[in-house]
Amino acid sequence: MNIIDTIFKFNGGIKADTKKSVSTVRPIKKIKMPKQLILPLRQHVGKVAKLKVNIGEKVLKGQLLAEADGNVSAAIHAPTSGTVASLEKQLIPHPSGLPDYCVTLIPDGKDTWVEKKPINWKKIDRKETIKKISESGIVGLGGATFPTHLKLNNNNEVKTLIVNAAECEPYITCDDMLMREKSAELIEGIRLALHLLGAQNAIIGIEDNKPEAIEKLALLIKNDANISIKIVPTIYPSGDAKRLIYLITGIQIAKGKRSTEYGMQMFNVATIIALYKFIHCGEPSITRIITITGKVRTPNNYEVLFGTPLSDLIIDAGGKASQNGSFIMGGPMMGYKLPSVNVPVTKAMNCVIDAEPEMIENNNPVLPCIRCAKCAEACPVNLQPQELFWFSQSNQFEKAENYNLFDCIECGCCSYVCPSNIPLVQYYRYAKSEIISDRYAKEEADIARERNDFRLERLQREKEERAKKIAERKANTSSDEKSKVIDEKRKAITEALERVKQEGVSEKND
Amino acid sequence: MLTSVLVVLFLALLIGSILGFSSIKFKVDGDPIIDKIDSILPQTQCGQCSYPGCKPYATAIAKGEADINQCPPGGEDGVRKLAELMGVEYKPLNEEHGAIKPKSIAIIDEDTCIGCTLCIQACPVDAILGSAKHMHTIIEKECTGCELCLPPCPVDCIDMIAIQENTENWKWKYPVFNIKNQKQRVSH
Repeated sequence: MNIIDTIFKFNGGIKADTKKSVSTVRPIKKIKMPKQLILPLRQHVGKVAKLKVNIGEKVLKGQLLAEADGNVSAAIHAPTSGTVASLEKQLIPHPSGLPDYCVTLIPDGKDTWVEKKPINWKKIDRKETIKKISESGIVGLGGATFPTHLKLNNNNEVKTLIVNAAECEPYITCDDMLMREKSAELIEGIRLALHLLGAQNAIIGIEDNKPEAIEKLALLIKNDANISIKIVPTIYPSGDAKRLIYLITGIQIAKGKRSTEYGMQMFNVATIIALYKFIHCGEPSITRIITITGKVRTPNNYEVLFGTPLSDLIIDAGGKASQNGSFIMGGPMMGYKLPSVNVPVTKAMNCVIDAEPEMIENNNPVLPCIRCAKCAEACPVNLQPQELFWFSQSNQFEKAENYNLFDCIECGCCSYVCPSNIPLVQYYRYAKSEIISDRYAKEEADIARERNDFRLERLQREKEERAKKIAERKANTSSDEKSKVIDEKRKAITEALERVKQEGVSEKND
Repeated sequence: MLTSVLVVLFLALLIGSILGFSSIKFKVDGDPIIDKIDSILPQTQCGQCSYPGCKPYATAIAKGEADINQCPPGGEDGVRKLAELMGVEYKPLNEEHGAIKPKSIAIIDEDTCIGCTLCIQACPVDAILGSAKHMHTIIEKECTGCELCLPPCPVDCIDMIAIQENTENWKWKYPVFNIKNQKQRVSH
């Protein structure tokens, strides 16, 4: 066993009241089968999954409902056995509050599994295994929902697997509870992930506020020289990938580079357990652990099927699933307000806070920026948030980009410390999405320009070819023949005109 | 005296030949300003500016024949960018060239289409697929929303549909605050 103590502290970050203990007193709970499951077809980064079943079809638990469309996409499986009732636009957990396509599944209550196909990963080639994983629907369960098979399949040689167990955001405890209750699966999963990555050693990066989980994991890896634990201090946002890598290894990942270029790859604990379940048990990604906390009477962690209505969980935890409630998905720092409590649980949903309205509505007056630079001190990415704010609020996007707007991880530390209560991150998100849509428009314009250029070129070519043909024919036919041909043509045209006229008359008469 | 004249003469010849060489070697083909203007224009190729496409309009602006406010699809933002590039004052869009509309794409009512191919000939970006006496359809991804296919259609089977906001093209909004709320708190 290895517990490493030396850490490399990053600049900034905040120490907030974590409010985690309320939801860790009870074990992970399951609720009874909901009346219906609503499965959005886009629960991941990348292309929308393609529906593979018909409406009205009976499906078994774990059966493929929608397959990945291309490489950057993820499949969706039936979380239980039942009937596919519909495919329609429904409200999904998305900051826009706009509906998106969802499959509705009515459970039959039998929960019958499709034939499970565990994979003997030690026997077959690892490329083969990774290919199978691309059909598993597993995405990063820390909240980023990036398809996992893409992270396993990379061209760089990976030496170290970093297991992200930091869970730095306040309120969220789903990874903590998962590590306490499924530590054996996690360690097995880490061994599996090491094999798939071709990596030698794994480091579990965990915040010091999870002593129980650390103890359990330490016991399991006592005799394993390849897996070590690194305890990091509880400073938000230690769970951000680049921050955690720096905390553990002291290596800073440069702008625009990936951690794999430095021989490292990172997975969240929940993702590793999902991998374990898929390979060892043949179970695709159909459940996750979610923290329900905040105002509810009994804050708790639940193991839920994807598609479970959030309102069922809120009611079970002793909360009010009312439309007027304020529910935050994710943590208080990076999360967003859900459009309604009537949304399904998705792959990205790690935590829902039944929040006091004050937590969302910024009731403190927003005052002008006094350039105190507290935000710059708090920024864990070493950006200049006050400058970014200035450029974003005045729509000077190019300048904002020059100040590395896209390196901002939207952790919210700047907004948290701002004495003027400026919602800084909201400005950055606004600026980022404006820039991204501009880029997209530019790409589209470039395609249109290219197509227009090609069309003009084609028209020009056709014109030239026609001119050439006419010239050739002119040269070939003598003037006598020519006049004959022209006469014939004229005759044909007048005949045709007569015909059209007559037809037109008869049509009018009709 | 003679040496200094020779030195100056030699330097003049040397520098002259370097300049002459580089003016041939590094000659810029085409007019870069036209391309710069063209890259700001939205490439709808709609002709609302009264020129037959974005490139001809860009050429006209570069020559000083056209004004910078004749492109409704580019919007106010486009005029602002053109003003900055050309070093002239911003001016509001000229309404003679049409109003700003939300970005739309054309949709062919496939039941009504008679397959006359007139819209195919009108489309500046070859975004319509079909052949004589067969149903036509729009390649949505390629459509710039220029509306040039509408007038030639003899059966009026083409409609412009504004692009709706969905979870894919949705953008974070500019932060807004409740002023009433704010004032109350400040006055306390």
